[in-house]
Amino acid sequence: MSNRLSGNEAVAYAMKQVNPDVMGAFPITPSTEIPEYFADYVANGEVNTEYVAVESEHSSMSVCIAAQAAGARSVCATSSCGLALMYELLYVAASCRLPITLACVNRALSGPININNDHSDSMGARDSGWIQIYAENNQEAYDNFLMALPIGEHLSVRLPVMTCMDGFITSHAVENIELVETEAVRKFIGEYCPENYLLKKENPLAVGPYDVSPYYMEHKVMEAEAMKAAKARILEVAAEFGKISGRSYGLFEEYRMEDAQFALVLIGSSAGTAKAAVDKLRDHGVKAGLIKIRVFRPFPGEELARALAGVRAVAVMDKSEGFSGSGGPLFAETRSALYDLKERPYLINIVYGLGGRDVKTGDIEKVFARLADIAGTGEIGPVYTHMGHRSKEDIA
Amino acid sequence: MIHAKDINEHTPWQDLTPGGEIYEPGTARAFDTGTWRTHTPVFIVEACKHCMLCVPFCPDSAIPVKDGKRLDFDYMHCKGCGICVEVCPFPAIKMVSGGAAR
Repeated sequence: MSNRLSGNEAVAYAMKQVNPDVMGAFPITPSTEIPEYFADYVANGEVNTEYVAVESEHSSMSVCIAAQAAGARSVCATSSCGLALMYELLYVAASCRLPITLACVNRALSGPININNDHSDSMGARDSGWIQIYAENNQEAYDNFLMALPIGEHLSVRLPVMTCMDGFITSHAVENIELVETEAVRKFIGEYCPENYLLKKENPLAVGPYDVSPYYMEHKVMEAEAMKAAKARILEVAAEFGKISGRSYGLFEEYRMEDAQFALVLIGSSAGTAKAAVDKLRDHGVKAGLIKIRVFRPFPGEELARALAGVRAVAVMDKSEGFSGSGGPLFAETRSALYDLKERPYLINIVYGLGGRDVKTGDIEKVFARLADIAGTGEIGPVYTHMGHRSKEDIA
Repeated sequence: MIHAKDINEHTPWQDLTPGGEIYEPGTARAFDTGTWRTHTPVFIVEACKHCMLCVPFCPDSAIPVKDGKRLDFDYMHCKGCGICVEVCPFPAIKMVSGGAAR
């Protein structure tokens, strides 16, 4: 069925179709609409979710952790500083191996305070043990949320999943999207049946006990192995989802990469802009291509290296600063992934779009021009630069 | 189902439980948590009237009771907090310095 929905509305609708047992709800721009729409569903009796309105995001995630440990399917939504306030609990959820589903509507982190889009919030949580799946548009935001449950809840994984979409750009823009019938959604996600849970009276359970040094590392290895196993599960779920939706998903999307000489690697809504630029350049005979990272955790390093192996020059575009002093987080991952290639493409990093700074097709074309220049001259120039900011110096 | 008795400090990660979950109650009994005691209560059995005041005040489970009589300390679980000494109305418990009862 076709519908016109904003990104937030689409995710709230996905939640309604899931009909979770518990929602930990706290508002923060730009994700506020998700618990808001969902509160309507609760009030109208369209779901039988226990809707827990709390006093902070620290508490909303705590509610989800407790509920999930008790055996309930729990969902949550947040953005920016809300995610930052959850920081401790994100690690607790992941290390207790509780497959909570969180819709993260990406927004810049303070400071200076800003409510617009970049990826600094979820990138700050990239090492917390959560699976992270990013959407380009409303359709993907909806689809990713539905796929998150059977990915995280699977016994081979048992990890929480964060589905991310760009704040305002995706969350508030209204697009035509295809919804899956609720009956098909229910069948696709199935019942949440954990093996052990706190309310199972036959089998007393302790969750999250103190872990002394002789055990902690073993539990972290287990968690790391689960994250590695998630890759296969993500693809399996994507294939199953393809059967009910007709839409196919991988770990990343390759756009016009078959014979590409120059490529971008980026995440999220900018892919739409980049695709338009790639099309225009292709019309002019430039062999441009794009890789849109969908799954950032687990990072598809080997697959990405294979996809970029034949490319001459690559620009990794980070929508978060990271302050490593040597490039953004996507760049660090991509460059590391390419290290094992015998012949590596030239690689640069461009940090762009911070705090809602626009990126246009013209900007993307400039990046490709720089890549062509690098490939032509063999001179890579500065590896890590910013784009779209005002400067007294000339910037590419 | 993996039981606590089957896990120890030599168990490989593959045989541990996800997130360190424990699937049974009362497993603390099996673990020595008294090693970091720096003061130690000593039970003077001849002065004890078995009034049982110390037992509920013990924040751990370090004072065993059998047939209405308190027994000597369970040093495997005693943290040496000294609360038992404070609540004992008789000179039946004394604290000594160090981790061992001397």
